[in-house]
Parts: sequence; structure tokens; C-alpha cells
Amino acid sequence: MGRLLDFAGGCVRVLARGNRAYRAWVALLLAMIGTGALAYAHQARLGLIATHMRDQVSWAFYVGNFTFLVGVAAAAVLLVIPAYVYDWKPLKEVVILGELLAISAIVMCLLFILVDMGRPERFLHLAPLLGTPHWPASLLTWDALVLNLYLAVNVAVAAHILYRAWRGRPYDRRVVVPLVLFSIPMAVSTHTVTAFLYSGMAARPYWNASILAPRFLASAFCSGPAVLLVLFQVLRRTTGLEIKDEAISKVAELMAYAMFVNLFLLGAEVFKEYYSGTEHLLYTQYFWSGIGRHRALVPFAWTGLACSLAAFLLFLVPRTRHHPVTLNLGCALIFAGVYIEKGMGLVIPGMTPDTLGEIYEYRPTLTEWLVATGIFGVGFLVFTALVKLAVPILSGRLRASGTAAGAPPALAPGAAP
Amino acid sequence: MSAGGPGGGGLSRRQFLGRGLAVVAAAAASGCRVEELIGRSFRELSRDDVARVLARAARRQSARFGRPVTVDGAGPLPGVDFGYGLDLSRCIGCRRCVTACVKENNPSRRRPQIQWIKVLELDKARGVDLAHADAYYEADAVPRPGHFYMPVQCQQCRKPPCVKVCPVGATWKEPDGIVVVDYDWCIGCRCCMSACPYGARHFNWAEPDLPADELNPSTHYLGNRPRPKGVVEKCTFCIQRVRHGRYPACVEACPVGARKFGNLLDPESEIRQVMERKRVFVLKEDLGTQPQFYYFYAT
Repeated sequence: MGRLLDFAGGCVRVLARGNRAYRAWVALLLAMIGTGALAYAHQARLGLIATHMRDQVSWAFYVGNFTFLVGVAAAAVLLVIPAYVYDWKPLKEVVILGELLAISAIVMCLLFILVDMGRPERFLHLAPLLGTPHWPASLLTWDALVLNLYLAVNVAVAAHILYRAWRGRPYDRRVVVPLVLFSIPMAVSTHTVTAFLYSGMAARPYWNASILAPRFLASAFCSGPAVLLVLFQVLRRTTGLEIKDEAISKVAELMAYAMFVNLFLLGAEVFKEYYSGTEHLLYTQYFWSGIGRHRALVPFAWTGLACSLAAFLLFLVPRTRHHPVTLNLGCALIFAGVYIEKGMGLVIPGMTPDTLGEIYEYRPTLTEWLVATGIFGVGFLVFTALVKLAVPILSGRLRASGTAAGAPPALAPGAAP
Repeated sequence: MSAGGPGGGGLSRRQFLGRGLAVVAAAAASGCRVEELIGRSFRELSRDDVARVLARAARRQSARFGRPVTVDGAGPLPGVDFGYGLDLSRCIGCRRCVTACVKENNPSRRRPQIQWIKVLELDKARGVDLAHADAYYEADAVPRPGHFYMPVQCQQCRKPPCVKVCPVGATWKEPDGIVVVDYDWCIGCRCCMSACPYGARHFNWAEPDLPADELNPSTHYLGNRPRPKGVVEKCTFCIQRVRHGRYPACVEACPVGARKFGNLLDPESEIRQVMERKRVFVLKEDLGTQPQFYYFYAT
């Protein structure tokens, strides 16, 4: 117990200290969170009428962000598989960063669901024992289950590795390896279940496609690693954390495959809709070319596609994939492309026109933007704090008192308990 | 009481857990309604609890509107399965059904304006083509030549997708065919709205605006009881009327007799006459929802 308190105290001290850039960054995040909290207080008082959602488009920006972030969370798998299944050393050393990203992404997912609820104070109705979870029929119940389980697995692995490293000891393989391997199907299932939440709805032809879950996974394997690649480079430059070039180029290579599959599946879906030209075409048409004067999403659709295509080319060509400038540009482009595709491009066309043919053109209100900013602030803050702790612990600069500082990294390959 | 049946007596697991939690104390201190946060959905209540909950609801509604409100909990009658018939050849699109429904069922009047019935104006040449339906036509110029009118409300499906997707079981189908919502259990996630192919579910985006002098004080717990902010509501075939042998308000209001209602299990009922003599169809039958709301052309 005393040791845990010591650990917690050490963590707090690390988080409290930092250079000017760190303090400015944290201040910015706190300002974002504060603004978001004020906006949410406004929404809580008025009700969801503070958003532009209405009966015709009853899910929108919040749910779109949720969907996007589930994908980011799932992306940790792209590091876990090569590292643990193929035992590839360069990635094994950084896989924990993927897990920390997953933790922050799921925190954001859960917050986006909470702010989207009409009666957030009744969230316990979803809990086993206390509430009446409608299980197994309701996919949202499944989603809550797998998201929380995936969060728990990642928290457990990260906490174990960091705590052991802090005490100068290698992690226990009997704990970590099974959990990490378990996290692979968990990650896949979080995104699959979220996709099923949509694709199971026969009332919405745009979502009611069996290709949806594979498309979700393919785009997730693009967007999450995009964050990680940029992060690897930032950490390598600003901290002592050693991240090999090989690790970065391997992730970039895997992203190129994922993006090919993502674009191919998109093409398959667009072909099916336009060539067969049934009444289902309407929703795809609303996104890509608009219906009559209703064209709110069209600029987003083509911007998203352009981003994704450009990023694919940058990742495909080895020379641009290896050059830091084009690599980072590719990451930014793919992130934007998937954000549009999963945010505006999935939820809103699924609801427009509505089931009785009415077109309600939705645009998020300022309140929605601010609440979302606040949630992203929380997510970045969680991630910043976790990385701020993980880096000195892993590099041996932060150790339990009585343990030699700068002891060999606890993550040494093949380290036995 | 309902499909789930009344709970047993004594202290249930849920009550035990609920009482044991510090959350209860905290919530009580902050003035929250503890039983709505933790506790049980209406479906799980024992017979004694139902009486208590109904009395409480009546007390609260009366206080909220400053006039006496009754909250009825009448359950389904055995041997009753309600069905609805709508004669498209008669409907003239006057929307008196919409007005009657609003008056009867206590929805929010403005911001948000909630109406459970939508009357669609359709092109005769296109048939039932929802992509070209117009729900906002001018009501004083009906029926317009070349058009026909199709009122759409909750279809009380035999396989309701809204019930399937609800993550907390706050909506269910009663044994007499009516799909209901427990407004005190709904978490406002709106999964049911995404799942409904008929746009029949409506959300209270803000605190409902229902002036006390427009309130219909004769309410049913699962029907026209005034709703709180942030929950979903829907047509219940006027559960507060039909369980006492009356017609739904829209049936009474229709000036051309296009609306038929009755017990599908009763060979003498009007709806059975329609089912036996007319050719009926259901909306979006390809989705497999099996509505208990039947459209037909009588002439």
C-alpha cells in the first residue's frame, strides 16, 4: 500500500513539473475543457435543442465523433499484432504508446456518448445489476460492454508495465502476454460492434450494408496509426525515448495496405449504389452530389476523398513514405479523410433523407463544436499525462526510491520475471 | 401488468443494491429522483409498487400543472389485440387527426413541436414513393388534384425494431399489441429513432412546452402522461382511451371515416371487417416489421 502511495506521489510530482511548452500545452487543454464544460452546462439546461439535431436527424456530430474515436482506439492493434504475434522487437518497445492512445480514445468515446444522451443521469440503467441492460438484443448494450472491457484491458496492461518498470523490474509475461493477445479480438470487436450498431438497422439503407464493419476496421487501421506515427516522431525528438526508424516505416507500410483496402471497399460500395440505382442510392447521392439544392455535405465528401487519395499515394511510394515531411503530411491527410468519412460521411447521410423522405439539412451548432472541443481536450490531457509518466518510467529516469535510477530499461527483450 | 409480469414480493436484489448504495444518499441530497436513477422500470414493478408509482405520478403532474391530473395504469385486457385500418381512398389530407391527436396526447406544442401523426401528400402517378412525399403541404387546399394522402403514425409492429435496439428495455410491446415507452426509464439515446422505419418516434429536445390550460388531465402512465425533457415518446393507439373501450382520438376526429380501429381477435370488430373484405397492405413490408396498422383502398 505504501509503495502504491509512493508511486502515486511520484506520478503527481512528474505531472506537476514541466517546461514552459508543457505548461502552455496543459493550460490550453484546460481552457478547452473549461469552454466545453460551460457549453455542456448550457446544453444540459436547455436540453439537446441546443444542438441542431432534430427528429429527422436524431444522431449527428457527437455520434460521428464517437464512431471516429472508436476507430482510433482500435488502432493499437496495428502495433500489437506485429509486436506480439510476430514478436517483432522494434515495435514491442513502443506498443505501450498504442495502448495509452487507446485508453484516451475510449475515454473520449464514453464522454461523447454521455453528452449525446437525453438523460445522462440515468446512465446506470445500462449497468448490470443496477439497471436493466437489454442484453443480448441491443447492440448499444454490447457496445458499452466491449468498450469498457477494452478500456479495462488496456488500463491493466499499461498500469502493470509502468508500475513494474518504476520498481526497476521487468513486467510479468504471464500477465501481459495473455492480456495483450486478448486485446486483439477486443479491439476488433469494439469497432465491429459499433459498425453493427449501424448496419443492423434495416430502416436506414445507407448503413444496412454488410460491408460496413470491414470498412470500419480498414479506416480505423489508417486513422489511429496516423496519430501514433506523428507522436513517435515528437517523442523521439523531445524525450529520451528511443524509437527506431524501422518501427515507424513498418507502421507506415501497414497503413498503406489498410488504406488500399479502405479505398477499395469505399469504391465497391459507391459502385453498387450508383450502378444499381435503386431507391437506396438517395443517401449516397446526398453525400456525393447532393439532392436538389440540398448540398451541405458535398464539399466535405470530396475534400475527404481527396485527402484519403493523396495520403494513399504518399504512403504507397517508398520515397515519400520514408521522408519525414511527406510522411507527416500523409498522416494529417489520412486523419482528416477518415474524420470526414466517419463523422459527417457516415452518420448524417444515414439519416438524410429521413425514413419518410424528408430532407433536414443538419449542421452542428456552436454548442456542439464547443462540447466536442472540451471532450477532445479531456482526451488529449489524459494522453499527455499518460505519456508524461510513461516516458521517464520506461527510460529509467523515474524509479522507486531505493532503486538505482537509470537502471536498464525494464522492457528489455526476452526479460524474464 | 405487462409482458414482463409483476415482480415478486419482499426485498428484491435491485432494491437491496439500490438501498445499499451511497449514490442514493448523494442523489437524494441533490434533489434527484432516486427511484428514477436506480430502482426499477415500470415493467418490473410489483402490483403494490404500481399503485404507489401511479399515485406519485399523479401527484407530481398535478403539482407541475397546478390542476388535478389523473394517471391511469390500466393493463391490457385478455383476448385483445388491437389493429388499425386506414382507407387511403377516403383520406382527404385535412389533418384533423393530427389536431385531435395533439389535443388528446399532451405533446409539446412549440420548440419542439411534436406531432405523432404525419400526413404525407403523395403524387398519384408515383404511388407510395416516400422520396417525393410532402409532409408540409397547405391544409386549406385539400385534396389537391393528382395527389393522395397517406397519414403515418406508429405502426405498432409485431416485430418492433425500436424495442429490439433499446439498450435498457425502456420500450416494449404490450400483450394487446401496443408498443409503449416508460418515460421514467428512457435514457434518451435515440437508438429507437434510428431503428424506426416509420419516423414514429419523437424526442423531447427541450422541456416540453405544454400550457396548463391545454393539458388533457386524463392520462395513462404509459400513454399521454406529460413527458419530461430528454426522452422519446410515440403514438400508443391512445392507450388511455382504448383500454377503456373507446376509440383513439384520431379515429373519432376523422370527418370522412377513413380510420378504422378494433380488436383483431373479435370477429365482429370493424377492423376484422376490413381485414376480411378489403385488400390491405402494410408500409415497408420488406423490412419484416409486421405492422398492426393496415392501409387499404375501400373503393
